[in-house]
Amino acid sequence: MRYFARRLAHAVLLLLGISVFSFALLQLAPGDFFSSLQLNPQISSRTVEALRSQYGLDKPLPVRYGSWLHSVLKGDLGTSFAYNSPVAPLLALRARNTLLLTGTATLLAWLLAIPLGIWSAAHRGEWGDRMGGVMTSTLLTVPDLVLFLALLLLAVRTGWFPTGGMISAEFNDLNFWSKVKDLANHLLLPSLGLALATLPPLVRHIRSAMIEVLDSPFIRAARAHGIAERRVLLRYALPVAANPLISLLGFSIATMLSAGLLVEVILSWPGIGPLLVDAILSKDTYVVVGTVMLSSVFLVAGNLFADMLLFAADPRIRME
Amino acid sequence: MIANLLQVKDLSVSYRGADAKLRQAVAGVSFEIARGEVLGLMGESGCGKTSAALALLGLLSDQQAQISGSVQFRGQELPSMDQCALRALRGAGISMVFQEPEIALNPVMRVGHQVAEVIHAHKRCSWKQCRAEAEAALARVGLPARQRIFSAYPHQLSGGQRQRVVLAQALACEPALVIADEPTASLDARSQSELLTLLRQLKRDSSIAILLISHTPEVQAFLADRLMVMADGRIVEQGPFEQLYRNPSHELTRAMLRTNSLADFARDLDLEMVT
Amino acid sequence: MIPAHSGPHANPSSNPSQPLLRVTGLCKQFVQRRNFSRQQFSVNAFENVTLQLFRGRTLALVGESGAGKSTLARCIALLERPSEGTIALDGTDLLALDTKGLFPIRRRIQLIFQDPASALNPQLTACETIAEPLAIQNVSTKKERHERALQLMDQVGLGPAAAQKRPFEFSGGQRQRLAIARALALEPDVLVLDESLSALDALNRDLILQLLADLQAVRSLAYLYVSHDLRLVSQFADEVVVMYQGRIVEQKKTRELFAHPAHFHTRELLATVHSVESILRERSA
Repeated sequence: MRYFARRLAHAVLLLLGISVFSFALLQLAPGDFFSSLQLNPQISSRTVEALRSQYGLDKPLPVRYGSWLHSVLKGDLGTSFAYNSPVAPLLALRARNTLLLTGTATLLAWLLAIPLGIWSAAHRGEWGDRMGGVMTSTLLTVPDLVLFLALLLLAVRTGWFPTGGMISAEFNDLNFWSKVKDLANHLLLPSLGLALATLPPLVRHIRSAMIEVLDSPFIRAARAHGIAERRVLLRYALPVAANPLISLLGFSIATMLSAGLLVEVILSWPGIGPLLVDAILSKDTYVVVGTVMLSSVFLVAGNLFADMLLFAADPRIRME
Repeated sequence: MIANLLQVKDLSVSYRGADAKLRQAVAGVSFEIARGEVLGLMGESGCGKTSAALALLGLLSDQQAQISGSVQFRGQELPSMDQCALRALRGAGISMVFQEPEIALNPVMRVGHQVAEVIHAHKRCSWKQCRAEAEAALARVGLPARQRIFSAYPHQLSGGQRQRVVLAQALACEPALVIADEPTASLDARSQSELLTLLRQLKRDSSIAILLISHTPEVQAFLADRLMVMADGRIVEQGPFEQLYRNPSHELTRAMLRTNSLADFARDLDLEMVT
Repeated sequence: MIPAHSGPHANPSSNPSQPLLRVTGLCKQFVQRRNFSRQQFSVNAFENVTLQLFRGRTLALVGESGAGKSTLARCIALLERPSEGTIALDGTDLLALDTKGLFPIRRRIQLIFQDPASALNPQLTACETIAEPLAIQNVSTKKERHERALQLMDQVGLGPAAAQKRPFEFSGGQRQRLAIARALALEPDVLVLDESLSALDALNRDLILQLLADLQAVRSLAYLYVSHDLRLVSQFADEVVVMYQGRIVEQKKTRELFAHPAHFHTRELLATVHSVESILRERSA
């Protein structure tokens, strides 16, 4: 328990550091949100100044950071200049959408990777394994951007899938099941794309973890006792191979908020990704910092979760 | 005439190296084991003892090695059997006790379950029944239920206990032949002595035949009826143990058995104790 | 080693009757913490160990697994730090030295492990393996180190052809010879052998024993051999120390120990020792 308490304390310090960093980094680029307004000759500079002081942008950086931190601790993440609304509910909504997408994609990716990895390991060297290797290599080398654009092209040309968005225009008029169907319809392409993009390293790791275990003496002993091959794979090899994979799972969870950025932008999924991109470009400070913080919290929590899983799964670690 | 339990003729094993070259580990080995007999196998490390044992059980895949020769168990040819029939035989007809029990046991599975798995693989009974039989198998090798070995993990047990668990796995389905690969190698003197006594008792009570691979003369003296000495993949001498001990015809046999691992004065004392 | 053909040829400059290595009152405790709690409990690996090693003589440390022998061997080889007590080499208290002061002393006590396969770096050739300790202790030039390595290989019975081979290309017996050559590279005075012969088959064991005897005779080495096998020990140890649950329970000359074992544990250990003759006799009875 002390171990975890210490990890938690480190995590908090880390998050603090990240917030300082992202705050400061954003300020490196010249100008602020209202700089573009100044270019407009119809808006007097006095109005701009007034807007600036209204949002407290004329105060020095440490002061702004300090008051931001103060309000964060009270639960208020600041205000978005672009949307003219508090950041927290905006983030919450977008985060929910992102998690829906990445959650589905992660589940899909692991569901595909595990059997593929096990099967490749069991048939190591045979043509099936080699074909699988070629396919994963190809998927790995194709840039995500190209992959998602290809999917978009597919949607546009065939009309089988919606080309963007999360829900149709008539969403609110539909009954419950139709709503679910509509959502699933929109979810299919982006989550498939994301799953395919994250699949190759997973398959590779699972395959190599399994291969390493399958060479162990205790596997040979199990076979010598006449235990069926399928049981040897699933009941003997997989649990022991699971150690590195559990850490990988934690990492998958940890990057759930951030992994979807590219696919969200290309396939117009209303998640955190597009929000962050716009906010960075327009220097909507509090949105950027809030988003970065949320992603960081996910990352840290995910890693901690992975450690706990490992602790529970391997009796040898528990004994130490 | 009682037909031999195991009959091996001209067994050869050649490993396929990474460069597709064949490296011969066993070259034309022939021997028999009768029911209830203990055949000892001695030789330097790397002489092909373990390879021969693995080949017997069909544990070397076609990818790994090229195997030729005849292996007859209870009259059936093993190399020509299909995988399914061979698997049914492993653990129930012929079973193997591996070296180094620390690595022969699954590290994340409780040892009792590991024994139960072997039983479940061969007998059509419920898991509950398998577990009960596993407890019985553990008790037979001197790990009674009150010691609560069943739910322990391998790393929680001592070396001697682990070796007994591996033995319990091998004996769980009452095989006719047990191949024991250096069963006393990683044990201290007392555990060694206990294990050997246990094996002797099993041999007497259940007529189990044993192929005993061990480089220790005292171990062979304790259990073996007959002995074979291997070198470079070949058998250099074969015969009743006492005969080989007193009148070895090959240099290597003499070297392996006559190694004076006990000093003169100790041997004299020892003999005094016995007579 | 047991006399007959090898007597202690002591280094003329040192007094053979004085102990080379003197261990007094050595204790080692391991502190463990239970899961999830702050409660600590300490485990005694061994306590109150006092023994002496002499040049040209072999002391055997015998006991069951868990008796603390290996931990003691590692402490004497300076790989672990004992909790209490002193280790004196030629009068110098080794535990009072700091890391820097200890560095030149380390070459004088070397350890040979049970399993040569795991003690040898699989990536280094035989020659490099032996030259490595020389390089660490900054001995002479690379060329000279190479020559020394070849000399040592010759002394342990490995021909020059083996110089470029890697550990996995050797047999068990050859690997142990390589480990011995490496240990000898720095010309130590004390060799600690932790069950170094038990992984070998009978034939190789005899050959290595002969090698060790020869080396001891020529270089006046002191051996500390740790084993659970009294049978093996009877052949080459001058003196035997029996350990039981972390304590020394008996310490005698080998012949004495076999003839008149005093402690019950010694008798237990002896009871498991039988010669092939006695076993055969018992079987035919």
